[in-house]
This record gives sequence, structure tokens and C-alpha cells, in this order.
Amino acid sequence: MSKMCEKACEKDIDGIIEKYRGQPSSLIHALVEIQHANHWLPREVMQRVADALEVPFGQVLQIASFYKTFSLTPKGRHEVHVCGGMTCHLRGAAKLLEKVEEVTGLKAGETDAESRFTVESGACLGSCSIGPELIVDGKHYGRMTPDKAEAVLNSYK
Amino acid sequence: MPRFQSAAELEAYRAQILAGRNPAKPCIAVCAGAACDGMDSAAVAAAFVAAAAPLGDKIEVRTTGCHGYCEKGPNVVVTPGDICYFEVQPTDVPEIIAATLKGEVVERLVYKDPNTGAKAVHMHEVPFYKHQTRLLIGDNPKIDPMRIDDYLAVGGYAALVKALSEMTPDQVLDEVKKANLRGRGGGGFPAGSKWETTKNAPEKTKYVIVNGHEGESAAFMDRAMLTGNPHKILEGLIIGAYAIGAQKGFMYTRHDMPLLEKHVRNALAQAKEYGLLGENILGSGFSLEVELHFDVGIFVSGESSALMRSIEGNPPEPRPKYIRTSVSGIWDKPSNLNNVETWANVPQIISKGAEWFTSIGSEKSKGTKLISLSGNVVNSGVVEVPMGTPLRTLVFDIGGGVRDGKTLKAIHFGGAMGGSIPADLIDAPLDFDGMSKLGAPIGAGGLLLMDEDTDMVEVARYLMDFLTKESCGKCVPCREGMKQMLQILTRITEGKGKQGDIERLEDLIQVTGVASLCALGKTSGDPLKSMFRYFKPEYEARIAAASGEPK
Amino acid sequence: MTEIVLNIDGQDVKAKAGMTVLQAAQQAGITIPTLCHHEKLEAFGGCRLCMVEVESRGWTSYVVSCLYPVAKDIVVRTRSPKVDNIRKVLIEELLAHAPDAPELVKMAEEYGADRNRFEREASFCVLCGLCVRYCDEVKKKNAVSFFDNGSVRQIAFVPEVAKKECWECQECFALCPTSYAQAAYLLTEALAFPGQRKTPVKRAEDLALKSRMIPITPVAM
Repeated sequence: MSKMCEKACEKDIDGIIEKYRGQPSSLIHALVEIQHANHWLPREVMQRVADALEVPFGQVLQIASFYKTFSLTPKGRHEVHVCGGMTCHLRGAAKLLEKVEEVTGLKAGETDAESRFTVESGACLGSCSIGPELIVDGKHYGRMTPDKAEAVLNSYK
Repeated sequence: MPRFQSAAELEAYRAQILAGRNPAKPCIAVCAGAACDGMDSAAVAAAFVAAAAPLGDKIEVRTTGCHGYCEKGPNVVVTPGDICYFEVQPTDVPEIIAATLKGEVVERLVYKDPNTGAKAVHMHEVPFYKHQTRLLIGDNPKIDPMRIDDYLAVGGYAALVKALSEMTPDQVLDEVKKANLRGRGGGGFPAGSKWETTKNAPEKTKYVIVNGHEGESAAFMDRAMLTGNPHKILEGLIIGAYAIGAQKGFMYTRHDMPLLEKHVRNALAQAKEYGLLGENILGSGFSLEVELHFDVGIFVSGESSALMRSIEGNPPEPRPKYIRTSVSGIWDKPSNLNNVETWANVPQIISKGAEWFTSIGSEKSKGTKLISLSGNVVNSGVVEVPMGTPLRTLVFDIGGGVRDGKTLKAIHFGGAMGGSIPADLIDAPLDFDGMSKLGAPIGAGGLLLMDEDTDMVEVARYLMDFLTKESCGKCVPCREGMKQMLQILTRITEGKGKQGDIERLEDLIQVTGVASLCALGKTSGDPLKSMFRYFKPEYEARIAAASGEPK
Repeated sequence: MTEIVLNIDGQDVKAKAGMTVLQAAQQAGITIPTLCHHEKLEAFGGCRLCMVEVESRGWTSYVVSCLYPVAKDIVVRTRSPKVDNIRKVLIEELLAHAPDAPELVKMAEEYGADRNRFEREASFCVLCGLCVRYCDEVKKKNAVSFFDNGSVRQIAFVPEVAKKECWECQECFALCPTSYAQAAYLLTEALAFPGQRKTPVKRAEDLALKSRMIPITPVAM
């Protein structure tokens, strides 16, 4: 799968860089689009962005490391997000996260060696009524319990 | 060429829309708000559309924005009659269609009081809705956010027409000032005053901004409004730009909600097509362009000066407040930023007047407030009540009290920068200044109920943990102070509290509160402050237990 | 340029419009402690040590003097129990990272700060940003940048750039209050481009280009 993505993603990345060439104030836009297309920001790509947008490389690295939307390491096939908002927390998100960590073997922010899962935990996603929530590849699994979570995760190869 | 080049043309079109709509025709509104969507309301909507197709013109199906009763979704409202059906599944669809065509009600899907079993069919009878004053969110069930005509049908853009054709910019500003509209994002600062400062700034280029970031934990009303009725916010923005003399607007929101992005982009395009945005709006001579920008996933970018850095393409590092953004904001130009809900209030203030607006609410807090009700509450969702409403009404009459038959221990407002008050303060009125004095400022309006089993030390630790991850790291008091506060709180929750911890925390709260560069650092200690004000014994007991000393 | 008169510590001080309170104070010979401030660089407002009390139109507020503009008739107090406590706690927070940094030790003595008050994390960097900002604003090379956010923020040399620029320059090393900058550079060099530092074509001795490295004196444990 990653070989196929590399080819398609290379062209997308080239396109994005060309679109913003010479526009330093569009740095964040460019990085967001590359992150969406490629799911992470390789160092060589960031260097190319720096050169094309006429921004110091150090500044690109600063912005890429500052915002948690950007990933400086490759992500897994499935992005698992455990909502860390206050309501979900009160409704048991901590236990849910523990279970997710156990099943995937990953802490929040990590990706496994087979690139199956990337686990994230954090921002409130605004669906507090169905908390605690698990979101896998954008699909919501509301009113989760640790046991249900295990079943959900196992259904993702 | 824009479709409407004068107010008269727009009004003629509106009359046409209304003439073509039959209020007696049954319409099924399926909620596609965040929570309902998470409960697969899309499948319910699809089932309705499929079932209605062969019936031709007899029944209409509409996907709408958030109705508000998130706890009981997927939500469906049938007009005429505002019949409310809850927890609707695709399998319920044939029955609902059949009943609706006959003018009947599906009894098993209506509201039932959990204690008495009493049923409530119509919206104005359902306790959750009955006690609200839904001036802003009330239109959501009537509007498909992708159709500007739906907004026009409920009177949308009439305020803009009035402002542009009957009022001068100064008159519009005056009305908003007289209305005493206070910022709904957390600051509670008089919007009219901010508008005036921006308007009077010497620079000719001016900007207006919608802050739709909504980073406050457990606040979801702005997303409900912006996703469900983007035109209302846009209308307020255009009116504000007219009053202030701005030529460009920015809508700033989150990057992680595809439906929100789709609806806002579509609204901007449709408004432009209709001539409500762009050059010479409705022939008035006033022009405005609006751009959509996204955050990059960090809470601090909801802070106004940081947000402006973000729009410029820079890291969202806040600036000290003595350089006011209304004088020097984006690219150092005067920039007026207001929250989604604040902008949403503007059209009605212009349409119905400041006097009407000030007749609602309390002495210093006017109008209604959207509240995201959540936590250990029975009925969670987005609600709207007049300012001055006692918290009791929100918690019990609307919220239905605490889940699982437990008792209320505390109410928390303002997310990670707010505070918790004990249950015995439940009769306090919802009011900017009153709640601030109690140590639980309204903030954006996220109200959380905490039951008897809630560990108040853990709540403070959790909130501090959230903020430390969101700090930009520029200034010492926030970066280091919060880190130390978190370490101490973590130790206490782990049973390793030490003598002197409370004194250390109080000193840190004080210094971080005064010396931090921006509101994030300044208010980071506020939840803890409220904990010490009302729940100190719980902290002292944990520390005493750890050090083996008698309480 | 208009002249503005403000009061600092009981003394009437004449300043020019556009000056900051810090500049006005320094001009009048009044000392306000700073850490992240440097005349060649844009004011940062990060360390907050230069905080002062300002009374203006009946309101008292606490502001950083390196950024706060002078204004007519304001009353500034550079010392007060509250200001002193702020500085004391900030110094204690910084000492947790660099307990032996000479500037911090000196300030600790003046403000009664306790180097053991907070849990240590001897990362040495106090994130004053002097190195990053100097390299950005004066040298315009951006060889060292900030990374990450919040309490895990750090400075790091960018190997691709540092390789070409740093050894010939070294100017930020002397700016660093904790000597961390030079340590960070050397570690980066050792890990990323050992033996490849770019030196001038002529021998160092020929150019009288002495290393600006600060000798590290052993510290009493």
C-alpha cells in the first residue's frame, strides 16, 4: 500500500509546493495540504517547502513541530482517536484510553511497527453527548466501553 | 453577475420562495448535528429520502443542523405541529412516514418523562425545549444548511437589507452599543465598544473575524450554530463589517470537522452568488470579501491575538494585550474579532432593535446564551436561555438532573480556564459578572455537571494537564508554572502529597495569574482557585492521608 | 519627537514617545532585571522578569517593562512586595532547570529565591530565545530554532544549516545565560556531522578568529 501511495503522493506534494511557491505567508496552508495528502511530513519534503516558499528551514521545522496536526513520523493505516475532552473524561475516557493502549500496544502519539494503528488522544470533538468516544478513520463510535472498544479495534486490519 | 443587485430584488425573491412553500405540507427534519451524526443519523436521513421518493410531492425530507437535544438523538422533528421523535432508527422510518401522511403520531417514539412516564408530543411541551428561549438555535430544525433559500424563508438577510438600505454605519454601531451585546466567547467584553475602537483606528484597511475555534472543552454550541446555520453568522459579520468599515472578513474554525467545512464553504459561495458578498452588495456601495481559514489543532489558536498570527501564516503566539488587536491585529491592521455566537446575535438586534434585546436578560447581561449542557447530566445538548436564568433551571428543568440517580456535587463552567462551584449555589443566575464573582465564569458556555463520585483533585489535574499540552511555551510563568502545578497535582492524586503543597500551589496560581503573557496562562490556575475556595478540605484530606498525618 | 514625563520609583523621568518603560528606566539609571532582553533584538516578553507595577488612570496593572510603552503621567514601581514575589517565583522556576547559571544565582540572592523549591529538571535551557532570535534577526541564518510547544519546548540546531554556519560564527554562545547553546551545538555536531564543521580556508590562527566558547568551570556539587 505504501508504494502506491508514494507515487500518488509525490505528484500531490509537487503540486502543492508549486501552488505556494514564493508565498512565505502560505507556509501553514502548504503544510496542512501536504499532511492531508501524505499523512506525514518527511524532512526532505519540508526542506523543499522551505526552499520553494522562501522560508528558513528552521522556521518550517518550528511550525511543523509546534502544531500537533502535523506528524513528523509516518502514520499507520488507521488513525484511532480517543476523545480527551472534559465530558468524555468524566464519563470514563481514561479507562477507554487504557484499553486502547493495551490492545494496540501504543501510547498516544505512537504508531506500531506494522503501521496498522496510530493512536491519538486529545481535543474535544464536540459530540459530548455520545462520550466517551472512539473515532477510527473519522468514524464515530459513541458511548464506548473498554470491552466494546476491543471489538471495534480488532475489526480493523 | 450577482443574482440580486438591490434589496428590492432580494425581497421579491424571498416573497417568491414563501409563495412556493406550503406550511401545511408535512416536512420531516432529520438532525445531522455532531452527536446525531455520530449516531448515524445519516442512515436515518437516507431511509427517509428513499421512503419519500415514490410519494412525490406529498412529503418533504430535510437534513438540518443541530436541534439541541443531543442526548436523545438521532432527532427528528415533523412539521406542521413540531412533533418530536427521539432515538429514531432507520427501521422506524416506514411507520413515521405512514403516520405523518395520516396526520397521526407514532406514540412509542415521542418524549416520555423518565419518572412519571407522561408523554410530550410537541416541541413546546417537551421539558427540554419548553424552558428554553430559542432565539438563535430555534431556526436550526427549519434549515438545511446547504440551502440559502431555507434561511431566506425564515427571514434571513432581512436585517442586512435593513442595515444597508435604512441605516448608516454609525447607526448600526449605535444600535449594537445600545443593545449592550457582550462577547460570547468567554471575555464578555462589550462588542459595540470593540467595534468602535476598530472603526476609529486611523488605518483605512480593516478586518473582521469570526472566531469559530471553540477549543473550550465540552463547549459545542458554536459548532452547532456554524454547521447548522452558517448564514446567520455570515449575516452578522457583513452587518458588522458595514458598521466598522472593514473590507475583508475571515472565518476561522477547526480543521477536524468535514461537515462544518462543507457547509461554510457552500454558504460563502451561495452568498456570493446571490450578491450578498463581494462588490457593491445589493447595490449599497458596500463591498466585503470573506475567506475561510482553519486552525492547525492547537487550543491557543483560539486566543484572539494568536488566531491573528495564525491567519498570517505564523505560529499562534499571543501578543500582550496593551497592543490591542482592534487597533493593530492581522498584519498590524485594525481587526475586530468576535465569537460565532456574538455575530449570530447581530441580525436580530438590527431587525428588532436594541430596546427589544435589552428587555431580555439581566441588568448587565442582555439577551440569551447558548449553553452546552454535558457531564453527568441526564439531558445533554445545546440549549438556549435568557441571561439571568437560575442555574437550577438549566440543571434540573432542562437538564433533567444528574444521571444514574446520583446527587449533584458541583457545576463547572468555562472548561480548562473556568471554575467549579458546589451544588448549594444552584440558584445563582446565569450572568457574566455574577458567575465571575463566584469563581466560575461562564466562558463560552460549556456547563458540566459533576456527580457525587467526582474526584475534585483529579478534575483539577486533568484540566491542568490539558492546558500544559496547549501552552505555546513562550513565557516562563505559564510554561514553567503550569508544569510545576501539574507535577504537584499529579503527586497528590497518586497519594504522594506533601506538606506545603497547597501553599506552593497557591503561590504558583498567583504568579502565573499575574505574570503570564496571555489569557491561557493567566486563567490556568482559575479552576484550582475555585477548588481551593469551595473544595479545599478534599485536597487537605488527600495530602494529610499521604503524609500519614491526622486530618 | 514628543517628550513624555512619567514617574518611576518616585522619580520624574523624561522619555521620548515610542520608548518602552525599560528604556526610560535604563536611561534614568534605574535598574530593572532582565534575562531575555537584548538591545540588538526585538523585545520578546518571554522571561517576564522585567515586570513592573504600573498605575494609570486609577488602574494598577502588572506589565513587562520591555514592551510597555511610556505614557504621560503613569506611575511605575519597579519593586514592590508583589513584583518581588513574582520575580522570586520565576527565578525559582528557572533555577529548577539551571541551578548554577551565574545570572540566575545572582538574582536569586537579591530576591531570596530558593533553588530547591521546585522539582529539578536539569535541562539547562531557560528558553530565553536569545540564540534563536539573534540567529534570526541579526545573522539571518536561522541555524538554531525553537521546537515543539509548551513545557517540552526546546531549542535545537538545524544540522543542515549549522554545519555551514556555526563554527565560523559562534556569536550566540556568549549570549546564552546557561552555556547551554554551545553545548547544544557541540552535541548536534557530534551526532549529525562529526568532523565536518566548516572552518575558514585560512588557518584559525591566521585570522585571529578565536573561539568564542565559554570555558566551563567546574561547579561545587
